[in-house]
Amino acid sequence: MLTIREYVRPQTLEEAYTLCQKKSSVVLGGMLWLRMQNSQVGTAIDLCELGLNHIEETPDDYVIGTMVSLRQLEQHPGLAALTQGAMAEAVKHIVGVQFRNLATVGGSLYGRFGFSDVLTLFLALDARVELYHAGMMSLADFIGMPRQQRDILVRVYLPRAPRRVVYLSQRNSATDFPTLTCAIARQNGQTCCVIGARPMRAMAFDDEKGLLAAGVNETSAAAFAKDLAARVPLGSNLRAGEEYRRLACEALVRRGLVQMEGC
Amino acid sequence: MEIKLNLNGRAITAQADPDTLLLDFVRAQGCVSVKRGCDTANCGLCTVLLDGVPVLSCSVLAARADGHSVQTLEGLQSEAEEFVTFIADQGADQCGFCNPGFVMNTIALLRENPDPTDEEIRAYLAGNLCRCSGYDGQLRGIRAYLNSKKEQGGARDGAEK
Ligand SMILES: Cc1cc2nc3c(=O)[nH]c(=O)nc-3n(C[C@H](O)[C@H](O)[C@H](O)COP(=O)(O)OP(=O)(O)OC[C@H]3O[C@@H](n4cnc5c(N)ncnc54)[C@H](O)[C@@H]3O)c2cc1C
Ligand code: FES
Ligand code: FES
Repeated sequence: MLTIREYVRPQTLEEAYTLCQKKSSVVLGGMLWLRMQNSQVGTAIDLCELGLNHIEETPDDYVIGTMVSLRQLEQHPGLAALTQGAMAEAVKHIVGVQFRNLATVGGSLYGRFGFSDVLTLFLALDARVELYHAGMMSLADFIGMPRQQRDILVRVYLPRAPRRVVYLSQRNSATDFPTLTCAIARQNGQTCCVIGARPMRAMAFDDEKGLLAAGVNETSAAAFAKDLAARVPLGSNLRAGEEYRRLACEALVRRGLVQMEGC
Repeated sequence: MEIKLNLNGRAITAQADPDTLLLDFVRAQGCVSVKRGCDTANCGLCTVLLDGVPVLSCSVLAARADGHSVQTLEGLQSEAEEFVTFIADQGADQCGFCNPGFVMNTIALLRENPDPTDEEIRAYLAGNLCRCSGYDGQLRGIRAYLNSKKEQGGARDGAEK
């Protein structure tokens, strides 16, 4: 059970950051994951009054406040166009509308969950994160940081540079956690393929062998998928075994590439 | 701590602990249509509208709802009455336990999308679990309601011509 001694709504990020330095403090996103924990929280820091629940556009990026809900991502026309629908596809299987109205982008990325659909897609989109203390860094660098560092995730930046994007996931049953996630992005002839729910944290892979260099077609997609599935570190958990994941990985990557290029 | 919110159109001021869940808060205020099902953010039974948006009250602190508006089925009877008989007519409910959550989320769906396709209905209600039925009865009920509304609209249009 989660117990909370004190609840605060900081009026500035500085105040939130100072409060979160105490070991017994936690930052609240949508609280959906926190709620599952058995922990005694001293101060619960609610970021809801810091105006971080908007998606803004700059010439280069979509700037997503940490308190933006997964449902906002799903319904945003600009993100839909940028990702050719992959944004909605990545979140629409996460439990239900009522859940996605609560779950935040910040909580989903800060948690660095192995099963995360959001982390999988955002890695493929070359996202950058803005941390209050540590500043700007790539999402890929952020997920490698030690968890002990107490900071506030303020905003997430998604480059608006056009790219082809596709998102696919495999689940044992609708609305369950995924058994494998796959996001592929292709820009200037370069392909980035991210595999998540391995069941470990999502990892990005390039086309190191140049299997797609001459273009994506049924044959090159199948060759790339076979090669990738052979080298992705995968494991087993109660939802799926390693062998199953490897077969699913090859199928998702091949299908994803074919779907992306419409070939 | 003191919580002030608008519950079903009524201004409420009440004491709550920092970790009191909205679910327990509204039940303590007499809104017992809001039920605890899974308590793990999975079943949708505890759905309320927070500033008009459907959320899981088992996973929201009452403290976060401070200063906001909350609606439960108690405050939405007339909106619910429009379609619940169509669901009942299909024999959709068996034990009926899931019903308040379904009705709340159907209200949210129809406000957001008054003419949904079957696929849109299924997608919107995917977070409402029912352990008795196969969901088809609920879908048929909502479809029957939408069809009857269209027929009435058509009849009215015809009468106006
Ligand atoms: C039943 C259930 C099913 C789920 N299914 C899926 C699924 O299928 N796919 C999927 O991708 N995800 C799934 N999730 C995860 C979910 O989508 C969210 O990622 C998760 O709940 C975290 O988001 P939140 O906003 O609730 O964060 P919280 O629970 O509030 O926070 C999570 C962590 O991040 C920290 N935190 C939050 N915001 C900040 C911030 N701004 N700065 C610093 N730290 C912060 C918190 O202190 C906490 O440690 C599921 C979760 C549950 C409970
Ligand atoms: S009781 Fe809230 S989702 Fe089940
Ligand atoms: S009718 Fe029994 S849970 Fe839905």
